[in-house]
Amino acid sequence: MKILTGNDLKSGAVIWWTGVGWSLDVNDSADVADSGAALIAREEGVQNVFAAYVVDGVKDETGVRPAHIKERIRALGPTVRLDLTLKPSDPQAVNWVI
Amino acid sequence: MYKYDEYDQQMVDTRVAEFRDQVRRRISGELTEDQFKPLRLQNGLYLQLHAYMLRVAVPYGTLNSVQMRLLGDIADKYDRGYGHFTTRQNIQYNWIKLDETPDILAELATVEMHAIQTSGNCIRNISSDQFAGAAADEIVDPRPYAELLRQWSSFHPEFLVLPRKFKIAVIASEKDRAAMRLHDIGIKMVKNDAGEIGAQFYAGGGMGRTPMIAPMIRDFVPLDQLITFAEACLRVYNRYGRRDNKYKARIKILVHELGRDEYVRQVEEEFAHLLTQPIEPPLAELERIKAHFTNPAFDAGAPDDLDISDPDFRLWVERNTTAHKAPGYIIATISLKPVGGIPGDATADQIRLMADLGRDYSFDELRVTHSQNIVLPHVKKADLYTVWKALDEAGIGTANIDTVGDIIACPGLDYCSLANARSIPVAQKISERFGSAQKQAEIGELKLKISGCINACGHHHAGHIGILGVDKKGVENYQLSFGGSEGADTSLAKITGPGFDEDGVVDAVEKATQVYLANKQGEERFLDTYRRIGMDPFKEAIYG
Amino acid sequence: MVEVQFRFRDDEAVNDPAITVDAFAEQTNATAVRIEPGDDARDLMPHLDRLALIEVNFPAWTDGRGYSAARILREAGYTGEMRAVGDVVIDMLGHLQRCGFDAFAPDKALNPDDAKNAFARWDNVYQATVVDGRQAIWAKRHPA
Repeated sequence: MKILTGNDLKSGAVIWWTGVGWSLDVNDSADVADSGAALIAREEGVQNVFAAYVVDGVKDETGVRPAHIKERIRALGPTVRLDLTLKPSDPQAVNWVI
Repeated sequence: MYKYDEYDQQMVDTRVAEFRDQVRRRISGELTEDQFKPLRLQNGLYLQLHAYMLRVAVPYGTLNSVQMRLLGDIADKYDRGYGHFTTRQNIQYNWIKLDETPDILAELATVEMHAIQTSGNCIRNISSDQFAGAAADEIVDPRPYAELLRQWSSFHPEFLVLPRKFKIAVIASEKDRAAMRLHDIGIKMVKNDAGEIGAQFYAGGGMGRTPMIAPMIRDFVPLDQLITFAEACLRVYNRYGRRDNKYKARIKILVHELGRDEYVRQVEEEFAHLLTQPIEPPLAELERIKAHFTNPAFDAGAPDDLDISDPDFRLWVERNTTAHKAPGYIIATISLKPVGGIPGDATADQIRLMADLGRDYSFDELRVTHSQNIVLPHVKKADLYTVWKALDEAGIGTANIDTVGDIIACPGLDYCSLANARSIPVAQKISERFGSAQKQAEIGELKLKISGCINACGHHHAGHIGILGVDKKGVENYQLSFGGSEGADTSLAKITGPGFDEDGVVDAVEKATQVYLANKQGEERFLDTYRRIGMDPFKEAIYG
Repeated sequence: MVEVQFRFRDDEAVNDPAITVDAFAEQTNATAVRIEPGDDARDLMPHLDRLALIEVNFPAWTDGRGYSAARILREAGYTGEMRAVGDVVIDMLGHLQRCGFDAFAPDKALNPDDAKNAFARWDNVYQATVVDGRQAIWAKRHPA
């Protein structure tokens, strides 16, 4: 699947396109297929997001997993500070990244 | 330490106002991200993997306790309770909000700090010897010259949009503790035969994807021509540095492509012309700045002996202290590399503790080192045990300076949007593998440096052992190299062979240290043994 | 024809078409020239007294060669109009002025209020560029 990500203008937080809006959780990502460029133009235009781009991902029963490790680290947070990630109480979270 | 006058204060206050205005225009949509990006970078604000990152300048690595304390408070108030000290003697925060940045800058300005030109294609923060003003081996204190250059380079209108970033280091001793020749311009303060102080200029050094050691371009620039000469160097670079390829835009490529002699010829020609322009500050200005860097009021009767009956303290004294120029005093380096920790990170509480120790035991001074540690430059030997006890209780009393545990590592793929691989987990595993004090003592001085991409922020080219993280089809891979040095004997490390995975590179480092220990003669360091016996024995052990 | 949005000169505006540095060498009567980032400003030095307008083009504001070009020509004694054209942005107006520009013709007109703030931003400056006629902070600290 193709997923769309970028950052929130004021907080800088990593956000993912859900099909109707933006979420901090990569698992909420929608498949944007080939509409990425149009969505970027529209959403950046109204400043809902900036520095947006499309990446590859895979969806299964556990959620959405971006294809590249860099995007997985963006989705989770720093692997060396799991306390600051989106899954602070899950010691296995780092395995999802690697 | 330098103290702002009304002009300096006005400059940073004006910058805060300017940046506040730029942020307002960005949030209102008047500025697009493409337009805003070069502007925010000139003020040290990046977009990293997880959020905005703000890099705050620590000019020539020198801080007072009030400044240090505020750095801790900012970590609590605007970030997530910690900061990261960098290889350019600065500090950066990883979780900054755009709309709060002007307020952070305003708070910094109240203690004479800023984020001016900590990124972008301009002259960056001037770095220097972390032991300046305390070292027994310096000719003069290099910081007044660094401060003169700081003011000259701040908002220099001709040099704000250079082909690429521009880093300057100033030192004043034979022992180079600032990797001077790996800078765009390296300046070494020297004394000529007539006994006069002047500046020896080096140009075109750097790391990155094409590491180069800067050649000397002039052996002596008189002090009343210092700014004019620097201006000539920059003008030639601004006009002729490559702009067609970002990776060939640093001055090292210009010096390399023109050849050192032709670059020197062009600089001297521009210099001769600029000498006709009244652009040089009078020597009185240098004297004014120098007056801020006089010796603290050392106690002439301070006892010079040190009780090292506590074995843990003894170890720390052996590893983490350096001779001071004043009897009865010592330079103490606080390691921000606890076993298994994140190199260069410090919590807000640790930062404030170091601030207090600087205030109470080091004449209100602290330094940031390019190895991502903190220095208390002027500690009375009689106070040293108390200082160490406090550090140890706070988890920053590790005795490992310049050993294999004192690893330089960039933030890598855990934080940085340019990185190809993670650096910190490799550093953590190595520091754990070599965690025992006995093992570290056996191996002695071994400078290990890790970068998570070819930009080399982790100085891997200059490591006795260097590790470079690369992306091999989406999988992290680590390239190993040996033989780099950033000291007076600057050399660039050589790649050993095919790369490794994370555990593989840790094993390879261990094997390399075994080869060293088996071949070591006398007092040789790892680097000396490598230089003597060459790559082959190491290769055999690692790949064998 | 570029639109000059800001001009800090009392003399009559020059509207002669600016020609390239290469063409200028052949055109002995031309009085206006346009410098591109790759041109050597010093090629114009023998002709400064017959020039009334030098345009310095910024195809992208992040290419800073034009700052050196302008300052070099001012250092050489050029007193005619020095006009920044192209991708001229608000945040660099004051710095352009300090390198000797006295006219500004941005591709896209700038917000006049923001521009006014930008020109007036810095009450003091750390360097003597000489060509802006401003006194550096160090000179104020040590009056002659």
